[in-house]
Amino acid sequence: MKMFLLGAEAIAQGAMDGGISGIYAYPGTPSTEIAEYVQRSKLAARKKIHSKWSVNEKTAMESGLGMSYAGKRAMVCMKHVGLNVAADPFINSAITGINGGLIITVADDPSMHSSQNEQDSRYFGKFAMIPIFEPSNQQEAYDMAREGFSFSEKYKIPAMIRITTRLSHSRYGVETKELIDENSISLPDDPKQFILLPANSRVRYKILLENQKNFKFESETSPYNKYFDGNDKSLGIIACGISYNYLIENYPGLNCPHPIIKIGQYPLPQKMIERLNSECEKVLILEEGYPIVEESLKGFFNHGKTIHGRLDETLPRDGELNPTIVARALGFKTKEGLPVPELIANRPPELCSGCSHRDVYDALNEAMKIYGEKRVFSDIGCYTLGALPPFNSINSCVDMGASITMAKGAADAGLIPSVAVIGDSTFTHSGITGLLDAVNENSPVTIVISDNSAVAMTGGQESSASGRIKEICLGVGVQPEHVRVLTPLKKNHNEMVEVMAEELAYNGVSVIIAERECIQTITKKKKNKTEL
Amino acid sequence: MKKDIILAGVGGQGILSIAAVIGLAAIEKGLFVKQAEVHGMSQRGGAVQSHLRISSNEIASDLIPAGEADMILSVEPMESLRYLPFLSNDGWIITNSTPFVNIPNYPEMKLLLDQINSYKNVIVINADETAKKIGSLKSSNVVLLGASSEHLDIPYRNLESGIRQLFGKKGESVVQLNLAALKAGADLVSEKK
Ligand SMILES: Cc1ncc(C[n+]2csc(CCOP(=O)(O)OP(=O)(O)O)c2C)c(N)n1
Ligand code: SF4
Repeated sequence: MKMFLLGAEAIAQGAMDGGISGIYAYPGTPSTEIAEYVQRSKLAARKKIHSKWSVNEKTAMESGLGMSYAGKRAMVCMKHVGLNVAADPFINSAITGINGGLIITVADDPSMHSSQNEQDSRYFGKFAMIPIFEPSNQQEAYDMAREGFSFSEKYKIPAMIRITTRLSHSRYGVETKELIDENSISLPDDPKQFILLPANSRVRYKILLENQKNFKFESETSPYNKYFDGNDKSLGIIACGISYNYLIENYPGLNCPHPIIKIGQYPLPQKMIERLNSECEKVLILEEGYPIVEESLKGFFNHGKTIHGRLDETLPRDGELNPTIVARALGFKTKEGLPVPELIANRPPELCSGCSHRDVYDALNEAMKIYGEKRVFSDIGCYTLGALPPFNSINSCVDMGASITMAKGAADAGLIPSVAVIGDSTFTHSGITGLLDAVNENSPVTIVISDNSAVAMTGGQESSASGRIKEICLGVGVQPEHVRVLTPLKKNHNEMVEVMAEELAYNGVSVIIAERECIQTITKKKKNKTEL
Repeated sequence: MKKDIILAGVGGQGILSIAAVIGLAAIEKGLFVKQAEVHGMSQRGGAVQSHLRISSNEIASDLIPAGEADMILSVEPMESLRYLPFLSNDGWIITNSTPFVNIPNYPEMKLLLDQINSYKNVIVINADETAKKIGSLKSSNVVLLGASSEHLDIPYRNLESGIRQLFGKKGESVVQLNLAALKAGADLVSEKK
């Protein structure tokens, strides 16, 4: 059957058709649509495939590994920075190996359309020494997800699928294949496999090292790595993942005169690359993300052939690729279109009108006046838009949960009061542990949790502790008289300013919970109701 | 046959339903369709664009190369000019004239419309006004789609069928409303001639 799917959806459909029993994920652009597709799927509902959101990427990764331990197939999904959070179980899962097939799908965001950085997850895959699949199109995304589990089981190793924004969010026709049955429960043969005590780990690590030559062999013979010969050997081209599409766009009808290696599976196919290198005068490397292939081919001394890519700025060092950039790297004259007229103004994203975060910032700005600027640490979510005019309320946004711990560190340094503004989902993702740090030292920090009962930034997913934020703060040990709950509305402005002023003046941990649902999720719920 | 279309607007204005109708119509016609969407940060009232590519052959790139788009279809007048570097020399700018003003430095309307009308192939319609007349402001994006229908190289009846497929599950009255919106948009353009 042919379906018209986003790259993200193709992976989800592939995983379901590949026989997963569960998908574990925390939302994050551009990966969110993978788990959402399974959550909406009738097939998944019928088969009771697990698809509920995890609290963060680390818990998702560990749950996926647990399902694999029990012999079933699982997929874990996240955006690139989510893999930083999940790095500990991710790296160690390569040492334990797996039982049921396990695929970790990571969506990178070059050009930072919706992210703090453009880190390249292929480094993480290489770091863990596991095979990586990188689809060039939606069909390969489907196939890699569907076939990836048996590959994972063949070597008892987790595998990574790495995609980037454009593939994740672009639709194309995908030919689906028959459904593979789920595994039944089976426990690992070796009772020590998952016990990473040093004595066991050393054994497991040797197995991982030993497997490297198998992974290389697989890459050499993989259908996703292809050598297309060409007569014009003045240049050989290596195109990884989606960059292959941009290359082919410049040679309609597949009429490229140069030899090409299309890369879709790592570790790199060494023999293929040796052939290209020995037959061609120069090599051009096209890769979306960091120059990881280029670096490994150049080596430290760069003694070999001339290699063009991002490092010598044949392609820009940062940002995503596109067909025009690739055309220029190939020396083609490109069209330019027309310039953007000067009267066109920028239109940055902004908080929706009526958003509760607006009322929080209006009140906070007033309460903070007596203390001066630059002491409000914040976090990641819709509320990060409070950094922009007209609010200009916050002074940091680094990684999920950092608002609370940075405020604590600054308070330790003597910045009193220091303030944190964090969303409900970010708080449960990574804020609770930091709050415990602050409580343990009764640090003079004022923490505002702007609780809109949703993971709004990524599309209004269900938040994991809706309605329980107050209990969590009390449970962590914040003094009950310093847990204050407010309703962020214009009419409550004065009350909010007053409460904030009181807590800012308190020399210890206080938490102000501003509770009002995101208006987008309210609208969505109403719409769904009328449609039913 | 090849049509590369940049869809433009402001987050929340529904450019993806335009893309979906054209996509469904093209698939029904047996054409290849590739569509790069926008999700995430930029959706909060910021500028958004989508690349929609239709071809009788397999489509390689998910993104349209610079200077090769056949059409910019914009639900907002200022946004219709943001992606000009993508437009080919004989490409069309088809845009709604109702501004979405959520920034303090939005250009003066007369200057903006003069600028739009200074390009070679332009269709400017007040899609919001027409949509209101037929009874649903929400269908203004479908009015705009109607206005572009002549330049899409996709038979009108396939577009109608796209609308039926997309809105079918919302009930027959929603389908009829959108079919009326499509027709109103197409009529606006043929009347102007
Ligand atoms: C480690 C990590 N995972 C996921 C994301 C993607 N992300 C950005 S903001 C956000 C959720 C924010 O939810 P919340 O804190 O409730 O704030 P809201 O958007 O609802 O205001 C997510 C999941 C990220 N940036 N980093
Ligand atoms: S989506 Fe919700 S949380 Fe985000 S800006 Fe809009 S109202 Fe606020």
